[in-house]
Amino acid sequence: MATVRVNELSRDDLSWQIEYDTHRCTFCGKCVASCPFGSIEASVEKRRKVTSQGLTPTPHVKFETMPIIRQVVNISNYCRGCGICEKVCPNEAIKPVRNPDNKFAMKIRGYTGNSHTRGGRSNLNSEDRALDKIIVGRISQMTDPSLDAQRHTFDMLAPLGRILPPEQLPFSVKDGKIELSEKTPPVRWVYPVIIGDMSIGALSCRMWEALSIATAYLNEQAGIPVRMCSGEGGMPLRLLKSEYLKYFILQIASGHFGWNRIVAAMPEMQEDPAGVLIKIGQGAKPGDGGLLQAKKVARHIQEIRGVPKADLLSPPNHQGLYSIEESVQKMFLSFNAAFKFRVPVAIKVSASATSVSVYNNLLRDPYNIVGGFFLDGVFGGTGAAHEISLDHTGHPIVSKLRDCYNAAVHQGKQGQIPLWAGGGFGMTGNLAADAIKMICLGANGIFTGKLMLQLAGCVGNDNGKCNACNTGLCPVGICTQNPVLTRRLDVDKVAQNVVNYFLSLDSEVKKILAPIGNSSLPVGRSDALVSTDKAIADKLGIQYGC
Amino acid sequence: MCRIGAIKSKKYLHPSKALYLMRSQQKGHDNSGFAMVMQDLGGMFTDYKDLPVLSMACTDEGMNLADNILSAEGFTRVMQWNPETNYSENLIIETMPQYVFLVLQYPKTYKHATQEEKEDLLVSTRLKIRKALEKEEKGFIYSFWPDVLTLKEIGDPKDIGLYFGLWEENNYFTAKIITAQCRQNTNYDIVRYAAHPFFLQGYTALVNGENTFFEKNKLFQKSLYKGYLGFESDSQCFLYTLHYLSKILKWPLSYYKHTITPLPYEEIVRREDKDILLKIKESLAHLEINGPNTIIGVLPDGTVFTCCDSKKLRPVVVGGTDETVVITSEVNGINEIIPERNWDEDIYPHERETVIINNDLKVEKWQQ
Repeated sequence: MATVRVNELSRDDLSWQIEYDTHRCTFCGKCVASCPFGSIEASVEKRRKVTSQGLTPTPHVKFETMPIIRQVVNISNYCRGCGICEKVCPNEAIKPVRNPDNKFAMKIRGYTGNSHTRGGRSNLNSEDRALDKIIVGRISQMTDPSLDAQRHTFDMLAPLGRILPPEQLPFSVKDGKIELSEKTPPVRWVYPVIIGDMSIGALSCRMWEALSIATAYLNEQAGIPVRMCSGEGGMPLRLLKSEYLKYFILQIASGHFGWNRIVAAMPEMQEDPAGVLIKIGQGAKPGDGGLLQAKKVARHIQEIRGVPKADLLSPPNHQGLYSIEESVQKMFLSFNAAFKFRVPVAIKVSASATSVSVYNNLLRDPYNIVGGFFLDGVFGGTGAAHEISLDHTGHPIVSKLRDCYNAAVHQGKQGQIPLWAGGGFGMTGNLAADAIKMICLGANGIFTGKLMLQLAGCVGNDNGKCNACNTGLCPVGICTQNPVLTRRLDVDKVAQNVVNYFLSLDSEVKKILAPIGNSSLPVGRSDALVSTDKAIADKLGIQYGC
Repeated sequence: MCRIGAIKSKKYLHPSKALYLMRSQQKGHDNSGFAMVMQDLGGMFTDYKDLPVLSMACTDEGMNLADNILSAEGFTRVMQWNPETNYSENLIIETMPQYVFLVLQYPKTYKHATQEEKEDLLVSTRLKIRKALEKEEKGFIYSFWPDVLTLKEIGDPKDIGLYFGLWEENNYFTAKIITAQCRQNTNYDIVRYAAHPFFLQGYTALVNGENTFFEKNKLFQKSLYKGYLGFESDSQCFLYTLHYLSKILKWPLSYYKHTITPLPYEEIVRREDKDILLKIKESLAHLEINGPNTIIGVLPDGTVFTCCDSKKLRPVVVGGTDETVVITSEVNGINEIIPERNWDEDIYPHERETVIINNDLKVEKWQQ
């Protein structure tokens, strides 16, 4: 009798099981070759077949040895359910199947003794989205006419930069004309959707390149002034010195990676960047630092960031900052000064129960140097994080953004520090709807990251599929520096998808603006929204409808 | 759609002109009320140009409340006019017990006060009276300002005219500027305060349209000045923005249009004054008004102007003679009261235009 190994990791424990049909398999080997995780292997299997051909049972036992594809069952090579095997199989002979009875979350912790890490975003309650219970319900009927989305013109830009209240504008009147007597803080008018900060390092260089090509194309050819944030770690020197720098927001995070190269490139910059974004935290892993493992620090990353091949740690906080005063004085002043006060400097924080306090403080900033408040919610994505952070820390973005807007209204300072929100927008595929709803709640604009990856072919979802960004083995070449895997990504095709998405987004935004009779962005027009959930309506201060 | 009208003349006119101007344009709900603001008063008010006039409709108790507040502030009565009313059961009108037009002398302590201090006192006192009257609807105070008189009533304008004897022209109840509307706000509860024209510190505005950015206008304006309150109508925002730009920020009128209907970014950046216009667009984004609108405004110096929304979704026409100019929603109103004018000179302002009429009745057209 065989020993029953109840304490061994078994196929039944795994979240994903490989379903394999030996009759359809041609043993071409594509699935094994393409699985980046080594979760399947070619193997052989002994088969015992008993046949009988006579009138009375005359059993003949036949042993066969069959080549097969077998799932690897161990704590490193477990199947992530990415489905690349299914994609490459010419005969539909293999696919991962979700195992609803799995015990993987317990087993992996029991086996490794480590905090479990993964990529993607929160997998808890990700389908229960507040935005899906809000509709744009104030449709113009009779009292004022709807506009025509095709015929009318729309002014759909959002400010990035510190906006002075009217009484502080250095205006003087001469001969019936207003004149500007002093320099004012820089403000850029940009598309209300920013491609959010994903670094070269978190992304493959090909993926980052595709996004930057799409950004440049949208600006130069499509007339849609989309800005893209570099993510921490800098940008290729050639891009820093190019005329396209104006489409990019440079990020500085707690590791300050890449900034020595950026500073060194300043004398040769043809254009100013669109902005500087100081990243304090991100919604997917609030209060947690970042780690780019040495194995992902490829040669080009060493060059861009100016570092050796080593683990690159971004601490959970900026080591030099102790308080909000220092944040404003030290970081904002120094980065404003770096570009001689010509470039708006904004800050990105994780949405938190304390966000309103932070925003209140920034709004009272006496130097007028805070050019934007980027708030990142719990459904933000990440390249790598501890699962406990992803699933159990953070703050929903919708109500927090609303709270911040209301705080600004309470101070009479709405609009002075533009509010930009991110974290899970476009999860259902429709970014335009999410964007307009957030704008009506008080956002000036939104930023998006994960959706861009999905447009590029990311196979993951928010229900445990793939989520392997942390492994450096992204099966579609998005979040990896592995040269073989990155070749899977078609740079031009990705750029095209992103451009096309923005074109459709642009027309869909108009399709919402037109029926509510607006030709410019309805920032704070919460009376245009109706929630089908009473609790959400009450929390956000919008109408309830049923 | 409500029709609006303004008459500006070199000579004093009786409000019957306003009734005739508006009656010919009446449609639908346009017969639900009558409201007017008279500025640069003639007739019985000619001798009191520098003294504030209180315009109020109230109960007897409301009158006592107002009297007590005015006395406490130190105001003394100079002249009171209670219009003679002609009640008949057949009239469609929701009357108030008293209609009060009081000319008052400033408190003695304000003998050496600056103009600004006096103006502030008038607003504060009006707001106090308004607050006192609000309880149990004891009355409505519409304006408290020198040389300005306001009347607002619910009912059929024809009958309101009959009730107040406004159809018969006379020379003791006149003004050089009369703005009027023949409609109550029928979108929501009918509240007298919601009827155009709206008045604040010498500025008057009346609007035909819908302000889709009412919510954000309101939230922003509430923190700007104590007199920005009520918001019974989304159109009050037009007045408050006019007052804020002109009175508080002291910007020229030409920037009003740039504030309420800012040019698209692409157009601004091609202009020489782009730095100014962008700052206005940024800083006063919450005063933008989006939606179909025609606005008529009056400034304290007597300038009357009109402009429209950025898509020109509502009509307005300007026409007149050397003696009288009229701005109103539809041309038949002007035809009714100035048929003898040169019709070819009528102006139909477009979406980028502000048409201004100064005290010499010179008509200017400003392009945004």
